[in-house]
Amino acid sequence: MTLWLMLLVIGAITYAIRLSCIGLLEQRDMPALLLKALRFVPIAVLPAIILPQLFLRNNMLALSIQNPRWIAGMLAAIVAWRTRNVLLTIAVGMVALWVLQFLLGR
Amino acid sequence: MVSKRAEFFNGIKGILPILLGVLPFGLIYGVSARSAGLPVIAAQAMSFIVFAGSAQFVMVQLISAGIPVGIIILTACLLNLRHALYSASLAPYVQQLPRRWKMLLAYVLTDEAYAVTIIHYQQSDETGYTHWYFLGAGLTLWMVWQISTATGIVLGANVPASWSLDFALPLTFIALVIPSLRTRAEWIAAATAGIVAVLAAGLPFNLGLLVATFTGMAMGLGLEVKAGV
Repeated sequence: MTLWLMLLVIGAITYAIRLSCIGLLEQRDMPALLLKALRFVPIAVLPAIILPQLFLRNNMLALSIQNPRWIAGMLAAIVAWRTRNVLLTIAVGMVALWVLQFLLGR
Repeated sequence: MVSKRAEFFNGIKGILPILLGVLPFGLIYGVSARSAGLPVIAAQAMSFIVFAGSAQFVMVQLISAGIPVGIIILTACLLNLRHALYSASLAPYVQQLPRRWKMLLAYVLTDEAYAVTIIHYQQSDETGYTHWYFLGAGLTLWMVWQISTATGIVLGANVPASWSLDFALPLTFIALVIPSLRTRAEWIAAATAGIVAVLAAGLPFNLGLLVATFTGMAMGLGLEVKAGV
């Protein structure tokens, strides 16, 4: 019973958070500076999700060759920058990771 | 003008590569929910009611560790706080939509759907049916999440960790964000957010992500205002 109550509470709050600005804000209420700031949300949040997954292992900075993820990630970033091709970026990144893992004997 | 149907299918196409990473994530969630002792129905209901991968994982861990309910609720909600930023960032694009559309889109607003949709909104000059792209991406992710978690719960199927399919998620985000960086302010904002996120990763409740995002946004905005753009 407690479990179900907890699920419903967390679900309701999560939904309220997601609906918050979409549901409440009107565009005419938003100052130009805020709109400008909001354009930076994806540019900031995506690297903030990506980089820890590349450079951290068990919450420790792992910049050695023993951590293939940052190397594969950097390769993928170069491909993304040069080609702007989503599928090619993912393919190069995955293959790079597998090759490096194989070379490291994992 | 692109038709509704075309936008809907573009949304499905946009989210497809991410599914490679979401599928194993869902399977592992299902397996860990069952091994944590959650009833089958509750484990799947969580995917339906909460629909947030990382929060669901943490909830399962905390439940199996016997952590008090209040703390679990607080932790899950703090983890999901980043969605308020997504909501704010999408708000200018969906303002003209009727209420029922906003309520539906809010339900399917996840990290993955946000990433592909906001990039699409920012790159597209169309204002007509872009919300159908959002819906296509969001519903596809929702379906794959329900199916993959259910498969993990019922069959206990697990993907070998050595396949590293979870890596498809950061890779897709790399493929989305790098081409969207054009100005110096944007590159510096992205780099700042990434570096702060690495440095602040030790903060509790995933707060490092929020701190990093706000720092990156402030940096980009500051540079842009200074340059007088």
